[in-house]
Amino acid sequence: MDLNAFGRGAAQACSNSKMSDAEPHTGTTIVACTYNGGVVLGADGRVSTGNYVSNRASNKIMQLTDNVYLLRSGSAADTQAIGDYVRYFSEQLAGELGEDPSVQTIANLVGTMNYNNKNMLMGALLVAGIDKHSGGQVFGVPIGGTIVPEKWAIDGSGSTYIWGYMDSAWKPDMTREEAEGFVTEALALAMARDASSGGIIRTVTLDKDGATMRYVGGNEVPLFHEELQPPAAAAAAGTASMVVG
Amino acid sequence: MSGIGTGYDLSVTTYSPDGKVFQTDYAQKAVDNSSTAMGIKCKDGVVLAVEKLVLSKLLVEGSNRRIFNIDHHAGMAVAGLQPDGRQIVNRAQDEATQYKSFYGESIPGSVLCERVASYKHAFNLYWSMRPYGVSSLLAVHDKAAGPQLYLVEPSGIAHRYYGTAVGKGRQSVKTEIERLKFDQISCRQAVVECAKTLYKVHEESGKPFELEMSWICEESGWKHARVPAELVAEAEQQAKAAAEESDMED
Repeated sequence: MDLNAFGRGAAQACSNSKMSDAEPHTGTTIVACTYNGGVVLGADGRVSTGNYVSNRASNKIMQLTDNVYLLRSGSAADTQAIGDYVRYFSEQLAGELGEDPSVQTIANLVGTMNYNNKNMLMGALLVAGIDKHSGGQVFGVPIGGTIVPEKWAIDGSGSTYIWGYMDSAWKPDMTREEAEGFVTEALALAMARDASSGGIIRTVTLDKDGATMRYVGGNEVPLFHEELQPPAAAAAAGTASMVVG
Repeated sequence: MSGIGTGYDLSVTTYSPDGKVFQTDYAQKAVDNSSTAMGIKCKDGVVLAVEKLVLSKLLVEGSNRRIFNIDHHAGMAVAGLQPDGRQIVNRAQDEATQYKSFYGESIPGSVLCERVASYKHAFNLYWSMRPYGVSSLLAVHDKAAGPQLYLVEPSGIAHRYYGTAVGKGRQSVKTEIERLKFDQISCRQAVVECAKTLYKVHEESGKPFELEMSWICEESGWKHARVPAELVAEAEQQAKAAAEESDMED
């Protein structure tokens, strides 16, 4: 493949999909799951503007308070704005309460934003966290402003490919390792099939002792049926880079 | 006319030379002249009790409510100017429902207390409005802090209590309940203690009074509710008996 062809290809892509008109989207797969002792959250890293991947290693996991995190999918701008507002209100509330707000409260704030501004916003969000009253919890807050407590939840374009996997593989009272493996596997499967999801995997595990962040680089993401191994050169360099020539 | 605060007591925006805001003090006097209200926070809940002087035989029993529901998990007993009290109750109810609508959970006791106190305090700041002549006894239960009892005064001062009283007989009531062991007394026992105390302290023995009582405890499902009529009647029996006994001791 020559660079000229690539250049032409990119230009074609621009005019075909009107990249200039497309808004950055977190095409995305996001997954959150409760386990015996807390919650595990995970997301892929791809942000696409039409067919162009504008960020291949983005962070779709946003911290709202010490104990509650937000997983973002849909419009990148909208979800960042919602996250910022909710973080602001949560901090104020924490000051008034003298302690961290409950996960349910934060989920309610996110849902309120989605519901009251449903004409303008496109944010499909998951709220996951841990509080001392009810342990680890996951809330789905899709577009429109529904708030649904779940044992596990998924969202984003890639989630469509893994409902079957989630239904069959989830079990109650998993250990931390099982839950982390479950989330990572789910993300990898979605990233294999969804064009708008891919790149890297980020996970956060929340338990009573705090938060642990994990990063799975592009060449370490589990591979499935007919997926190509990363090229040897790329593996040595430690990055998933484009091969020329 | 001359009096204590002459010249410095005409407006709530005027300090006296010794640092008092007389209008606020006068509002407190309105509370001090009202009939007694008390609250006890027990080991397993909160009890509120009000001595309701019956002003006329023409009044239906149970009228002139002094204890109100703010939300399922919170109640308020009012002492002082009753119409003012109604407004405070309405405000507290609004705060509670708005909080629940916005945050998705019931308003915590400390937050409700803070809201009522800030609200009352505002009326001590501005020339155009007079302070509310009301003291509010708040009984609240939330998951974070369990059962709580707060008193919010007309000035906006608020504290959390094991036991307290406001109104005419407050000194005597407070002396009586001081001896109670708050971490051991149960709600049922507190109901009896409240009845006994209010009967003992009821000065105008000629004037009839009604006992209005409410509680939040496991038996009420952790909701603010009237103490069941049989329990109140039983407590009143014991209270009357105790009062007679102490009369006979003379």
